[in-house]
Amino acid sequence: MRILPFAICAIITTGLVITLNTKIGSAPPMGKMMSPTHGFWQNAEAAEENFSMDISSPFLEQEVNVYLDDRLVPHVFAANDHDAYFVQGYLHAKFRLWQMEFQVLAASGRLCEVLGEKVGDKSVLEKHDRKFRRMGMMLAAENSIKAMEKVPEDKAAMEAYAAGVNHYINQLSPADYPIEFKLLDYAPEQWTPLHSALFLKYMSYDLASDLDDFEFTNLRNHLGNALMEKAFPIQADSLDPISPKGTKYAVTTPLPVAPANLDLLYSVDAAGIAYQTEKPDPDNGSNNWVVGGSRTASGRPILCNDPHLGLNLPSLWYEIQIVTPEYNTYGVSFPGAPSVVIGFNDSIAWGVTNSSRDVMDFYEIKFRDSSMNEYWFNGNWKKTEWRTETIRIRGKADYIDKIPLTVWGPVMYDGTFDNPMQNGKAYAIRWKAIDNSLELGAFKGLNRAKNYDDYLAAIRLFKCPGQNFVFASKTDTIAWWQQAEFPAKWRRQGDYTMPGWDSTFRWQGFIQEGDNVHMKNPARGFVSSANQMPADTAYPFYLGGLHDVYRGFIINRKLSSMTGISPNDMKQMQTDNYNVFAEMARPLMLLHVDESNLSSYAVQLLDEFRRWNLRADTGEKGMTIFVEWWTDFADTVWNDNLVRNDHLPTPRPQDNTLLEGIARDSNFYFIDNIQTPEVETLQQMLTASLNKTAENLKKAKDLTWSGYRNVRISHLLSGLPGFSRLHLNIGGGNKIINATKETHGPSWRVIVHMTDKTEAYGVYPGGQSGNPGSKFYDQFVDTWTKGEYNTLWMMGADEKKSEKVKWTMKFSKS
Amino acid sequence: MKFFAVLILSMLLGYLVYIFNSTLPWWCVSLAAFIAAASVPLKPWLSFVAGFAGIFLLWSVLVFWLDKENGGVLSAKMAQVLPFNGSAIVMMLASALIGGIVGGFSALTGSFIRKKPASSTH
Repeated sequence: MRILPFAICAIITTGLVITLNTKIGSAPPMGKMMSPTHGFWQNAEAAEENFSMDISSPFLEQEVNVYLDDRLVPHVFAANDHDAYFVQGYLHAKFRLWQMEFQVLAASGRLCEVLGEKVGDKSVLEKHDRKFRRMGMMLAAENSIKAMEKVPEDKAAMEAYAAGVNHYINQLSPADYPIEFKLLDYAPEQWTPLHSALFLKYMSYDLASDLDDFEFTNLRNHLGNALMEKAFPIQADSLDPISPKGTKYAVTTPLPVAPANLDLLYSVDAAGIAYQTEKPDPDNGSNNWVVGGSRTASGRPILCNDPHLGLNLPSLWYEIQIVTPEYNTYGVSFPGAPSVVIGFNDSIAWGVTNSSRDVMDFYEIKFRDSSMNEYWFNGNWKKTEWRTETIRIRGKADYIDKIPLTVWGPVMYDGTFDNPMQNGKAYAIRWKAIDNSLELGAFKGLNRAKNYDDYLAAIRLFKCPGQNFVFASKTDTIAWWQQAEFPAKWRRQGDYTMPGWDSTFRWQGFIQEGDNVHMKNPARGFVSSANQMPADTAYPFYLGGLHDVYRGFIINRKLSSMTGISPNDMKQMQTDNYNVFAEMARPLMLLHVDESNLSSYAVQLLDEFRRWNLRADTGEKGMTIFVEWWTDFADTVWNDNLVRNDHLPTPRPQDNTLLEGIARDSNFYFIDNIQTPEVETLQQMLTASLNKTAENLKKAKDLTWSGYRNVRISHLLSGLPGFSRLHLNIGGGNKIINATKETHGPSWRVIVHMTDKTEAYGVYPGGQSGNPGSKFYDQFVDTWTKGEYNTLWMMGADEKKSEKVKWTMKFSKS
Repeated sequence: MKFFAVLILSMLLGYLVYIFNSTLPWWCVSLAAFIAAASVPLKPWLSFVAGFAGIFLLWSVLVFWLDKENGGVLSAKMAQVLPFNGSAIVMMLASALIGGIVGGFSALTGSFIRKKPASSTH
């Protein structure tokens, strides 16, 4: 043995191997990552992969058979709930493990554990983890678990589901880990019911967080009350509420009374509030409607639903059919939680849209001193309680966040978060999602509901986020309830930050469940919701939040004139690109624009716009011109009024406010640019905007709607380009039934025809497998883009030999 | 012949890492080349080449075979995620090259376990 050369080479080789086994900066460990024995090549699923297998677990009570069809949709036949949820957990993990765990890390403010303190210049710690902890997500999930402990069936479901997930995880070796674990170089962790609770609470963040109170307060203080009412009127002129205008509301809930010293609300915070935070997409919303038998060709109801959410790969949704002796349910589930979330069974179908109501308010806290141990409340110093959140950071020491707890809830913002305090103030959050509730019971109930009463009993377990649950039964009952435990608010309560030292500003109570807005078998033969206000101001409770106007309007207009409806008609309608907002705006734009002052290219654009068919189809140039012209016009109208001297953030008024403002009066107050001595006219503003739009569009290569924008389905991990689908050739947009925006839109389209043998169609822009190395990863994206649907196969127990069954997974007790 | 013995032995032992990947970590491929070179007397630089070639070939075959089975679905995507400008072929060769380098250095180290082969041949 030659000691010296051996030693030198051994050191070099060991160093080489260690380097190739180590994550360096954001680069994955290249040896481990690229080796065909353990790296990403192991995730290259064979095109002819055989998914049939036998699995045994002592946790199972009886045998479960899972039949996978050609789209990799599992049809689960189990003897009881317990086994069904175990298998659902296993399937979610097998096909979506990385996504499930990553979403929970995001929900619980634990991203630093895998991403480190910073990604590029962005502080994951400050912008994400601390924000989510301080907003109370962990608290909310822990409270969910407390609620779960009181309902043995829910606890059993959550535990069986977790056991199924863990059964899958425990049989993995690092070579089998999903590809993203390898890229980021970490390992999956054991699943618990808390993980499921966190995921469900994340939906409350996405759909029921209203973080704009600070911006609204800034603007109110800047404009004053009267102008604020003009910029943010409570009810739009063109509103067609979910519950039609003219409905009378006899409620039994005690009416909320505005505090005696309401002036306080309008005097606080004059210094302005610098806090600004990333918020969920304001267009997180959805469409749903049900047409009753009186309007359909078959005489049976048809239910349609398309939830609009951020579009990502792997998809939020996972299709599944679950059959037990008690029920037979098909639909989409959340990888991360048991049961079907949107779906149908042999008797009924249900769908959801977001209520967009405000159930998140902020209260200013006056601490006695910088120790924050006491705060002023109803004339006394009250002791603060403390909650400690430990944030683990990859490659660094833990960050300990101490969060003051008040009578309102956690103090989200104080001197330590999220910037050094600029106005010396602290704010506690009052958020419905933090109250003890587990929404799982509602889904479990809907899965097995046989009739309207079952449906109603089930949805009443749903406390947050507020949803429009529509319902259809095979016996031709149709219904809608706007369901949640909503605070009974006085006018404008919660729009602005409130004084946290005065208990009269509290939520005085919750709206009793029977007083929630609803309809059952209305004479008009349909129910629909599209995130518009559920009721006009005749409803005695303040709703809060910002609401879309136009989708609800066009849906109701279309449905009112339709009879003899078939599922095909519904497919056409659900993917329709007609822009009713443009229909209302165009006449005014054409009327007021001054053609003699337009550049020659602007005249060309105007001509194109005038001839436009008002559709946001892929090839339409008119849509591009309209969107750009309107956006620039709205910007120039609002900006001079909204910008504060101190440049603190303010909210942008909704488009319907401007359109209705100029429709009512061409001298709409905000038209004039208050920064110039002259008084600008509507004509000047529209003309200048079109000229400017022409300048901008000259540079564009392609003016067709789908060429101009980039609709894409991005991978959850910062949109890794290779794992995303970019430049999809699809129309639609904001305020349109086909609500496809660039990164956001119909995340699941479903149509259910309640015939004896249920006829159903559905599609989501993703695929059943979360593995980018699988041909099932983005299998449905093209179908979705073309506006086509998959036929949903409600498999019968007698169809086990059907040629649609491609693989069989047998689960047995060991 | 000894050259090929080291080369083939590296491949065979390296293949065991593939078969037993649920228990062995990826870097056992280094031990494979090391053991191969330590078992067969060969000049150090030839051991390096044999170890390099053995693991490079093994990983090439595995990578191309996995990619073929997969229909190229994953390599097309990964070549954009990793800095290969979308070129799956370059990425495949890079994978094999990493294996080759590890194999080469491991075999070189292994070759020094033995006495000088020169003293035994002359």
